[in-house]
Amino acid sequence: MSTTTLAKPDEELSFYQLDEHPHPEGHSTMLGFWIYLMSDCLIFSILFACYAVLGGNYAAGPAPKDLFELPLVALNTAMLLFSSITYGFVVLQMQQGKVRGTQIWLAVTALFGAAFLAIELYEFSHLIHIGATPQRSAFLSAFFTLVGTHGLHVTFGIVWLLTLMVQLGRYGLIPANKRRVLCLSMFWHFLDVVWIGVFTIVYLMGMLQ
Amino acid sequence: MTPQPAPETGPLLGKLSLDALPLHEPILVVTFIVVALGGLAVLWAITRYRLWGYLWTEWFTTVDHKRIGIMYMILGLIMFLRGFSDAIMMRLQQAMAFGGSQGYLPAHHYDQVFTAHGVIMIFFVAMPFITGLMNYIVPLQIGARDVSFPFLNNFSFWMTTAGAVLCMISLFVGEFAQTGWLAYPPLSGLAYSPNVGVDYYIWSLQIAGVGTTLSGINLIVTMLKLRAPGMGLMKMPVFTWTSLCANILIVATFPVLTATLALLSLDRYVGTNFFTNDFGGSPMMYVNLIWIWGHPEVYILILPLFGVYSEVTSTFSGKKLFGYTSMVYATVCITILSYIVWLHHFFTMGSGASVNSFFGITTMVISIPTGAKLFNWLFTMYRGRIRFELPMMWTVAFMLTFVVGGMTGVLLAVPPADFVLHNSLFLVAHFHNVIIGGVLFGLFAAINYWWPKAFGFRLDPFWGKVSFWCWVPGFWLAFMPLYILGLMGVTRRMRVFDDPSLQIWFVVAGFGAAVIAVGIAAMLIQFGVSIWRRDQLRDETGDPWGGRTLEWATSSPPPDYNFAFTPVIHDLDAWHDMKRRGHRRPVAGFRDIHMPANTGAGVILAGISLVMGFALVWHIWWLVGVSFAALIGAAIAHTFNYKRDFDIPAATVAAVEDARTRRLAATGA
Amino acid sequence: MSPDPATNHAAHPHEIEMPHASLRDYLIGFALSVVLTAIPFWLVMTMPLSAGATAAIIMGFAVVQIVVHMIFFLHMTPKAEGGWSLTSLVFTIIVLGIALAGSLWVMHHLNANMMPMPHDMNQLP
Repeated sequence: MSTTTLAKPDEELSFYQLDEHPHPEGHSTMLGFWIYLMSDCLIFSILFACYAVLGGNYAAGPAPKDLFELPLVALNTAMLLFSSITYGFVVLQMQQGKVRGTQIWLAVTALFGAAFLAIELYEFSHLIHIGATPQRSAFLSAFFTLVGTHGLHVTFGIVWLLTLMVQLGRYGLIPANKRRVLCLSMFWHFLDVVWIGVFTIVYLMGMLQ
Repeated sequence: MTPQPAPETGPLLGKLSLDALPLHEPILVVTFIVVALGGLAVLWAITRYRLWGYLWTEWFTTVDHKRIGIMYMILGLIMFLRGFSDAIMMRLQQAMAFGGSQGYLPAHHYDQVFTAHGVIMIFFVAMPFITGLMNYIVPLQIGARDVSFPFLNNFSFWMTTAGAVLCMISLFVGEFAQTGWLAYPPLSGLAYSPNVGVDYYIWSLQIAGVGTTLSGINLIVTMLKLRAPGMGLMKMPVFTWTSLCANILIVATFPVLTATLALLSLDRYVGTNFFTNDFGGSPMMYVNLIWIWGHPEVYILILPLFGVYSEVTSTFSGKKLFGYTSMVYATVCITILSYIVWLHHFFTMGSGASVNSFFGITTMVISIPTGAKLFNWLFTMYRGRIRFELPMMWTVAFMLTFVVGGMTGVLLAVPPADFVLHNSLFLVAHFHNVIIGGVLFGLFAAINYWWPKAFGFRLDPFWGKVSFWCWVPGFWLAFMPLYILGLMGVTRRMRVFDDPSLQIWFVVAGFGAAVIAVGIAAMLIQFGVSIWRRDQLRDETGDPWGGRTLEWATSSPPPDYNFAFTPVIHDLDAWHDMKRRGHRRPVAGFRDIHMPANTGAGVILAGISLVMGFALVWHIWWLVGVSFAALIGAAIAHTFNYKRDFDIPAATVAAVEDARTRRLAATGA
Repeated sequence: MSPDPATNHAAHPHEIEMPHASLRDYLIGFALSVVLTAIPFWLVMTMPLSAGATAAIIMGFAVVQIVVHMIFFLHMTPKAEGGWSLTSLVFTIIVLGIALAGSLWVMHHLNANMMPMPHDMNQLP
């Protein structure tokens, strides 16, 4: 790469990279995915804002104290936190170039994610069964939408985990697949970050009111 | 009040039935016949001249940012004609409906017209136009070969188009929203808008919104990662800077729209209570959220055009831009400040003095950086050798027009004044003043400026000047009466009037709209004549205006790969710097160039999204499920495509560059 | 260095920069997260402190845990992606803060200025 500053007028080398090293494949991917995550963060921020503003509107219906079971939420949180550490193992296996190991920990992560979703779906169905439906009040609309959107993201993450397992099996740890593992890593940990906000602001603060 | 949705027809077609066709509305029937005939003619011509293969391989599946940019501009132009016809309909109705006359548009139709006018002009005209400009020009200005994510670029275009198509379908199947372009609840809720109109609104915007957000991410990463060596941030052209800030605004604000419309759709589809009047909902929260999006949106629209004005002013004054650093800082200030003014759109909703004063002050403050920019443009022109080509004419018209609109904005920023003027025609005049004077005039300047780069021949100056001299007086005739009417207390979106003394103003405004219509016709003629006479208007140099930035270093049109060798940057106004220092274009030593490959995945995914949107509108649940599954399946299938690029052989590059060398030699350059 | 036209693009000389993860980072992050989660849950489930103090503490712990996730799981540093990762994160947090705080402030004032009613409208069905 040419590094001259002021050059003589007929020095054509200084204006064109004749000996070009093109950008390595996928060199924009990580930043692009991170910025997408920032936009996703803003979607959640609007859902949090709605929960903050409308979350006190119980409409003479059930309030958080009547509905939330903290031990279940603690279990849920543990599932997600475990899935974060198991995804850490995915990345470590990838760094060591082990396709099988990477796939195994992807599967374990998916299982923890599925456990998280199962517990959440159980919670939702219980709430609906006792009449605390999303339609009951603005508080419940905001609750179901915020927690449900997070759950939808986890669902997409699990689909991605499974797809990536297949792609690793077929193509191995080629650069494109490594980038995908790292993007999913960002996505998965980001979901845990959002969950920290959810369990604190929705469940724990809810029990304090 | 419990919502009463329209009764479902059945499991196969949801709410869809023959009743959805507006056969009893003659205007729509005639429109449909015209559109159908025209559309069939186009389809027949494409088939007759065997262009389907060409269109598919060279345009629909392209990942070339230049072609995608052109497609965006075509989309914007087509939708502009639709949005403008809505405007003519409104002007006509308002000029007629006095002295007991109801005009020719019944209320439910008129309400759709003003809603569609706003939605189309903002989302399907202005946004595609500026996205098209940024797509075409930014990679060239930074010395790159394409954007960071070429497939996403193609996908974004098709999602925007799918949104536009869904909106257009509402004209002939069902109806559109009757709520105004922002669809405030409770009017947009299920109780007061039980039919499909608001659903068309929601889904066309959600689909297009995906495209816009992804395009924003794409362009930001492009500008951060793909700049030519030596081009630090403070050596980027001003248009690139304003594009960077506009795209940051896009990524940091469209998610708000996505979330808010999703909440409205939950209220309508699931019966949640975010924005209802009962069960703890708050319609005011919708207004709050939608304007948190809405205010940055208008800065998204204007910032790229401020960049255009900077490029045009410096080029046609023959001088470097005055105050580059302050321009950059002004742009960044505007970007940040645009997040803390949103409440000025609803001063009258009742937040009280402390809140209103805060936002009134911030709104006044945000006009200051724009003023700084204007002074910089004037100082650039001062003692320059000004050439009044069409881009410069449009820029001067912008300066005179936009300033008035900006000043009325500062007037509206005073809460007590706004209490009188909120939702009056004064407001309507203000925002048309800044959007037409700022965004639209800027687009015309940009089109005249960069058309030669994109197509290799200039636009016909005579018809361009006809268009200009119709547009500028026409705009003033159409909107100055609205300022007066607003000051006299006339509310916006009115269909019928009682006070006969107001009619003259509406007639003048209608006349202004007719003059604008002539201006638009002249512009279309300009395009046609220019294409017809392209050989006489040809530019072989690639730099017809004596440009200062890198896009002018390429041929017109640029080759697929933009630059045979990536330029090395030493100073601001990189191309001007290269010319000044006597650079020599390399004519040998070409290499293979690595380029992204075309793909049909974008068209397919957007097409499935369109079907899913239509199914959601009409509650055809089985089709929603099927298309959703197809969408996920197609997306996953696309991720299994790892072969996304190819190499242009060095011999091809050499052939293209040799042809250019010959053409340049023929011009004596 | 001239690339051979016959070479496929998998043989690029450079790979992209990737964050380097270590087992130590993940284990520290995990341990901290467990502690920072367990304590708030315990505080709320047993309520040894007042509601106000508890609220402040659990919010503080949430912020700290998010930072822990950013550093140990997401490998956030000021150097990542030429500084752009951190810059975009800070900008996002600012916008998030404005949207949240702004909405709360505005909506509180709007609700306060609603016509006085005999009962709390929030609690009406």
